[in-house]
Amino acid sequence: MAKRIVIPFGPQHPVLPEPIHLDLVLEDEKVVDALLSIGYVHRGLEKLVEKREFPEYVYVIERTCGICSYIHGLSYCQAIEEIMKIEIPERALFLRTMGSEYSRMHSHLLSMGCLADGMGFENLFMNLFKVRERIVDRMEASFGGRIIQGTCKVGGVRKDIDEESLGSIVTEMESIEKELKEITDVLIKDDSVKHRLRGVGMLSKEDAYELGAVGPTARGSGVKIDLRMRGYAAYDRIKFEPVLGTGGDCHSRTAVRVRELFQSADIIKQCAKKIPDGPIEVKYTGNPKGEYFSRVEQPRGEAIHYAKGNGSRFLQRFRIRTPTFANVPPLIHMLKGCDLADVPLIIISIDPCISCVER
Amino acid sequence: MMAHMKKSPWVIHYDGSSCNGCDIEVLASLAPHYDIERFGIIHTGNPKHADILLITGSINEQNIEVVKNIYSQMPKPRAVVAIGICALSGGVFRECYNVQGGVDKVLPVDVHVPGCAARPESIIDGIVKATAILEEKKKKMSEEKAKKEVE
Ligand code: SF4
Repeated sequence: MAKRIVIPFGPQHPVLPEPIHLDLVLEDEKVVDALLSIGYVHRGLEKLVEKREFPEYVYVIERTCGICSYIHGLSYCQAIEEIMKIEIPERALFLRTMGSEYSRMHSHLLSMGCLADGMGFENLFMNLFKVRERIVDRMEASFGGRIIQGTCKVGGVRKDIDEESLGSIVTEMESIEKELKEITDVLIKDDSVKHRLRGVGMLSKEDAYELGAVGPTARGSGVKIDLRMRGYAAYDRIKFEPVLGTGGDCHSRTAVRVRELFQSADIIKQCAKKIPDGPIEVKYTGNPKGEYFSRVEQPRGEAIHYAKGNGSRFLQRFRIRTPTFANVPPLIHMLKGCDLADVPLIIISIDPCISCVER
Repeated sequence: MMAHMKKSPWVIHYDGSSCNGCDIEVLASLAPHYDIERFGIIHTGNPKHADILLITGSINEQNIEVVKNIYSQMPKPRAVVAIGICALSGGVFRECYNVQGGVDKVLPVDVHVPGCAARPESIIDGIVKATAILEEKKKKMSEEKAKKEVE
């Protein structure tokens, strides 16, 4: 039997933008076990609900994670609105949907960029980031910020988009799609990329389901879960189908993300055309009393926000279950039996967001 | 502005306990649109090759050792740039139980870049300032060395 050695991976590692630590147990070049330890980014923001009033807490919740901040804000507001039975105006729901899809696009581009960087494909990384800049610019113009938007609030949204900008969103999106097509074709069709990603990090459909994978990690293995199908915000008025892959490897997960980019672009265009006129927020009085589980689809999968209010300005309990947290058991499963050189790619392929996991 | 630069400074980035917001802005400043490479600044993953440490997020119980470790591996002269209000004071998470405060609790911070999230423009500005500080430190080091030799 080959001798076993343990190699530490992280917390500071060139391919990881975020700190995570793995102890990789190796037999020759093969990983036989992976032990994960986290806690480098833990802040304890769930407990902060006791110190911030509930309308103000949106700012904190948006900073759970800088990548999907808009959707975290949306989910929290949704929970409070359900508890307090606040009816949100149609226009606000459409605006929220658009904001979510823009975040999804910028997040997917970021994750693919990191993947390209992890493969050593610097050119692709640069090109993906070039397109991402256009999306981030639009987010700044229409949703209030490049990274942290702060436009979602309990009772609606803060910032409206005028007719003219809605028109330009559609034309701009068409040109972005054209640019994306060229670049993402490389990710899907290029031989060297295929060679690097095919068959790496296999996760079968059964395993994905049993280990509780979510988001593109699950859909890449063919499990049909997409929380948007439940029709929160304005998703029930939009036509779309969950994107499914079949391979269950890194390539399949990346392909799912690529197709979701175009799906998001389509949803944004549909929203811009269908958005009704009207107010963007409602006034409300009182404090939340009761509890609610709010479930939304983030770029990385399903996030659950649990809020419990006791009738005061401060929530009594708040808890988040984030998508990467659910994707950690499948990740460990994928790492067992892989080559040491594939470890960074497999980790990036689930698009980990450590600050979400640890909060 | 760049007249003081004689060499290409290399940067290393470490995420303390940030929300990712500032980290992706650091990434964005490396990418085509903002492109700090035009100043000859290159991103590296190895602290032993780095001149400037970019650090986002605050200090907590577990990462304090990691931060010190990375800094101690960097060759002198070295500079530290703290990015985002988290790294300055703890920011939004100041009152959280696991946040001890800004990076200056453990490291001598040379440049503070404010913002939540800090904009790529200000990050670039911060790094360029750090390069000037780096040159100064270098000058001081060689002066001290010369003094010692005379003695
Ligand atoms: S300063 Fe703001 S954006 Fe930056 S890491 Fe802290 S909370 Fe996130």
